[in-house]
Amino acid sequence: MIAVYRWEVLKLLAQKRTYLGLGVAMLVPLVFTVVLIFQTGGPNDIPLGRYIRETGLALPFVVLFFMSIWAFPLITALVAGDIVAAESHNGTLKTILTRSRDRGEIYAAKVLAAFTYTAVVIVAMGTVGVVSASLTWGFNPLTSLSGTTVSAGHAFGLLAASLAIYAWPMAAIASFGLFLSAVTRNSAAAVVGTLMWALFMQLLGVLPGLEAIRPYLLGEQFQAWHGFLRTPADWTPVVRALWVCALYVVVPLTAGYLVFVRRDVAGE
Amino acid sequence: MSDATPVAARGLVKRYGEITAVDGVDLTVERGDVFGYLGPNGAGKTTSLRMLLGLIRPTSGSALLFGRDPLQVGARALDGVAGFVEGPRFYPYLSARRNLRLLGDLDGGVPSSRIEEVLDAVDLRDRAKDRVGGYSHGMKQRLGIAASLLRDPQLLLLDEPTTGLDPAGMRDMRELVKRLAGEGITILLSSHLLAEVEELCNRVAIIRSGRIIYEGLLSTLLESAAGGFRLRASDPERARAVLLARGVTGVSLVDGELCFQAEAPVVEAATIALGAAGIGISALVPTTATLEELFLGMTEEEAA
Repeated sequence: MIAVYRWEVLKLLAQKRTYLGLGVAMLVPLVFTVVLIFQTGGPNDIPLGRYIRETGLALPFVVLFFMSIWAFPLITALVAGDIVAAESHNGTLKTILTRSRDRGEIYAAKVLAAFTYTAVVIVAMGTVGVVSASLTWGFNPLTSLSGTTVSAGHAFGLLAASLAIYAWPMAAIASFGLFLSAVTRNSAAAVVGTLMWALFMQLLGVLPGLEAIRPYLLGEQFQAWHGFLRTPADWTPVVRALWVCALYVVVPLTAGYLVFVRRDVAGE
Repeated sequence: MSDATPVAARGLVKRYGEITAVDGVDLTVERGDVFGYLGPNGAGKTTSLRMLLGLIRPTSGSALLFGRDPLQVGARALDGVAGFVEGPRFYPYLSARRNLRLLGDLDGGVPSSRIEEVLDAVDLRDRAKDRVGGYSHGMKQRLGIAASLLRDPQLLLLDEPTTGLDPAGMRDMRELVKRLAGEGITILLSSHLLAEVEELCNRVAIIRSGRIIYEGLLSTLLESAAGGFRLRASDPERARAVLLARGVTGVSLVDGELCFQAEAPVVEAATIALGAAGIGISALVPTTATLEELFLGMTEEEAA
């Protein structure tokens, strides 16, 4: 299993699209920093946006908010939607399926590799954000969403926790991408389909009349980290994100698995 | 490795909606065979091979490799089995050596020296560090063999391994297949290059429209068409009369030559009679059908 996973990661490392997504995730906080250096205004309407020039620790949170709409879903979809379909397209799926590994093992390795990529992208964004913003505005205490001041060290811990919980809805998008990738066998269709699905989930979140189910929509889980930034911490959105996202992960992954282990692998 | 038959397919059927691609195929490949699997394009060769490798699920029937069913025991059914269908495929963005390393790792790990050995065996060592994306068709084909050899297979399934190769490439591939067979590897080779099959294989199966129409020894198939003769004589018309008088039936005159079927003693007696009748013989040739003639006869006659 480790060997299969290792090679899935190595394959990602050998492909341009991997660096495209990763590059964008690292570029966005840099662009934010540069623009804020030269402009006087700020993203005052969004959580923590007002404090963005007070400490380098605020910027990653602001970027998390911005990228949750479509940028992060697209970056995730780019890899997750491709990871099975590309092998169907290249015909390499039959090459690896005629070696000594069961289909379930190949699928599991692909899921783990896509999750790894997703996590790396988030951490890369957070790291570049903290470093670039802290170099510009200093590693200072952060004002929480409740208005209290949090020490820089503590705020850094909260950022790490926030990135971790943010990875859950991202994993859900990756899972949907994997599902489409296994089912459509077409990389472009899977990438675009996953992005459309993510946008549709966001759309549902702003439709009137859906207030009752809103906390359980995927888009809402991208805000779960707000819970960490309150004093005292509000665990309700965090816990909800954990189990809601688990459903958004398990259902498509299971469906994708069932298709993948049974499907005919023929000339495509 | 067990003593079970390398390939035992029974009643394999594969339907795609209304279309029946493979319709009740039985195949038996014994240990040590170089088995030729012949058929026109679209007859179901590749589909059968895919079922053998567990890549697609039969609609009904079973395919056992060394007694194991890929559908039941998964990848373990392919222990000791290697090969490719419809041309080998590799990761274009990885070098040949990296591709082989990957496949070796999927097989549970192979030493680097073994990778160099198989690269040597197919004469690709000089290009092994180049990305496969830049490889010619022939090089990919050879890399496919190398990837198969990496598994130290006892059974090799090759789907049209010489298709698309230049003459030298075809010759090299044939030599390689011969050498592997000489090393005791059982080989199932699909092809529509009949001269190649005639040269390499001891047993054949011929598939037409999803059904096996012949399975058995190649020599038996070729002998079945023997027994015909062509005669060139100084006076064909009189010669025909002499032959008929000697009890030879079905004599036809084609391009000045008499063609007929007869047992050897009858032919011998007829030549003496022809000589006695003052008819000179410039040629008497037993006709043997080539595999190609037999194949075309078998695959076209019933289809018509």
